[in-house]
Amino acid sequence: MRRLLALIALLTLLLTGCTASDDGPDDGVVRLRFQSLAWQKESVDANRQLVKEWNAAHPGVQVEYVQGSWDSVHDQLLTSFEGGEAPDIIHDASDDLADFAYGGHLADLRPLLPERLRADIPARSWETTTFGEGVYGVPFLQEPRVLIANRRILESSGVRVPTPAKPWTWTEFRQIAQDLTRTMGPGRYAVAWPLKEPVSVSLNLGVSAGGRLFYRGPDGRVTVDFTEADGIVPGTVHDQVATDRTAPRTTLGSGGSDTLPGFFAGKYAMVPLGFAYRQQIVQQAPEGFEWTVLPAPVGSGGTAQGVSPQTLSIAEDSPHKKEAAEFLDFFLRPANMVRLARGDWMLPTGTAALADPSLHTARDGWATGAAVAEHLRPAPAQSVRGYPEWKDKVATPAFQEYYSGAIDGTELCRRLVEDGNRVLARYQRR
Amino acid sequence: MSALRTSGPARAGQYLALLAYLVFLAFPLLWLVSTAFKPAPELASLHPTWIPKDPTLDNFRQAFDEQPLLRAAANSLLAAVSAAVIAVAVATPLAYVTARHRGRLTTAATGWVVISQAFPFVLVIIPLFLVLKNLHLINSVAGLVLVYVVWSLPFALWMLMGYVRAVPAELEEAAAVDGAGRIRTLVSVTAPLLAPGIVATALFAFVTAWNEFFFALVLLKTPEKQTLPVVLTHFLGAEGVADLGPLAAAAFLATLPSLVVFGVLQRRITGGTLAGAVKS
Repeated sequence: MRRLLALIALLTLLLTGCTASDDGPDDGVVRLRFQSLAWQKESVDANRQLVKEWNAAHPGVQVEYVQGSWDSVHDQLLTSFEGGEAPDIIHDASDDLADFAYGGHLADLRPLLPERLRADIPARSWETTTFGEGVYGVPFLQEPRVLIANRRILESSGVRVPTPAKPWTWTEFRQIAQDLTRTMGPGRYAVAWPLKEPVSVSLNLGVSAGGRLFYRGPDGRVTVDFTEADGIVPGTVHDQVATDRTAPRTTLGSGGSDTLPGFFAGKYAMVPLGFAYRQQIVQQAPEGFEWTVLPAPVGSGGTAQGVSPQTLSIAEDSPHKKEAAEFLDFFLRPANMVRLARGDWMLPTGTAALADPSLHTARDGWATGAAVAEHLRPAPAQSVRGYPEWKDKVATPAFQEYYSGAIDGTELCRRLVEDGNRVLARYQRR
Repeated sequence: MSALRTSGPARAGQYLALLAYLVFLAFPLLWLVSTAFKPAPELASLHPTWIPKDPTLDNFRQAFDEQPLLRAAANSLLAAVSAAVIAVAVATPLAYVTARHRGRLTTAATGWVVISQAFPFVLVIIPLFLVLKNLHLINSVAGLVLVYVVWSLPFALWMLMGYVRAVPAELEEAAAVDGAGRIRTLVSVTAPLLAPGIVATALFAFVTAWNEFFFALVLLKTPEKQTLPVVLTHFLGAEGVADLGPLAAAAFLATLPSLVVFGVLQRRITGGTLAGAVKS
């Protein structure tokens, strides 16, 4: 018993020593906390290096780099906001910002950001972080979905290889997938669809076919509708899996990484993936494996695609918004944006950064992505209140069942529209 | 008592079932170890093998290079050991009183303990955050330990009550008849018999705290304070993309303390339990 008491006393002492004081030393230095979600080594290195450079040049405004986590970031930020302990500078994705912006947790950046930065990023990218009248984040990195293809299979099959200037149409893509599957032999497929997150893929690629799914009326209210254009991309995927057998059913529940072993083994000729997956392919592909990056197929919407860029925001509760905005200005200078983009294997939103020659090389498919970048649009669900609930409760199960062949297009449409509008209506009551 | 006898085939079947169960339990750990030693191309192979063809320590090197694993492990260890010791120190006397003095109040308390286990984290996190903020315990291991103790206390109490009830009250009465005072009886008679239960409860509290992610993610703000589960998520990107090799290496290292603690203490639990189970 005496030993136990001694242990408790020791732990108490240790823990008392571990209690942090929230207030920094009173030395007149402004201290900003920057929570970054960068996770790949090159990206983390680039972030840290930029923070280091800022701190060296600005002894009066010191930034502390804190690595956050994509996992649970919404709940973590929500708790921090409610508790008044949010980081000053916040890294997130634009489709996660709506609730925080409408909840008054993020600062309106319009009076804070310099003209240089505002002018450098195209209006379509600013749309992704504009909620109501305010702008609540700086969109700085984005990634289109592309087709990563096995170069040897593609070239030996004799099919036309698409380019950003002349991509495949969705109809052509379906036909080519049939041709490819025939030439590849049994047990092999032209395409593998990793659709663990079926909603964002369906919606964002659907923009290329002229789909929107979410339609905003003159009164500002959003409703779900399912037009013919909205059905083209989901219909193509469904038919490839259920009718043509050019895509395996087994990958429908997989994440992008899960399809890579099959891709490397030549089981699939193409995998639609986010642009940043190239880093994994470079890292994991077996020696001699030849791959290429192709633009996603197009429809009446052209090479347009929906995206939710990565963003940097400033907390409304931050007492040093001006200094935080100055840091953002430094952090997102064109040269720095290029470093961040290369670190994350993504594309910068900034026009000047996107023009950097290093992002236009054919190596690792950079040029294809850069060519597609100017056609990227805000994801259709961007800023729709109630979208997360619609996605989780209505759309995800509906798309999963449709792609696997459990329900038909009519039932998919009914669920997305009828059930979906019931969900959205709750968020739009006045 | 006669020994239980089983026929040869039945016994073989039992061993087979036990073996299958052990393999089932061990599979995740063995796969984790195998993954931790595989180079990137092998990780992406369509035909994964149990034994890495070209084992490498690169994943471990990369994991340590990219993340402050040792510091995070030290934070986790401090939080988990503190939570376990404090939870047991608080729960043991409470369990004793609750188990020995039954009444409506203790029944209600026990019911509440069970119900409280059903509360989801997200339900309590914001009020908890505000309380800790007022106590200036945000971003401190002390605050995290407080949460872990509160979180594991109900179940610890519930576990220990069972162990206390298993100690015959007649033993304490006999000690009293022999002249031992209340404290002496508790320390010399009851406590040794409760030891396996206390160890098991401490293990439960330790493992709960060691593995906990969400509270640590929300309550600890600076990198110096982050615990191992939080640092492990730094190997994960958006939409479930993972740096699999270093993640497996770091996760394997993170399981070691739990394995070591179980390895060291399991004999104590088993031995104590058996000792208490035999009646002369």
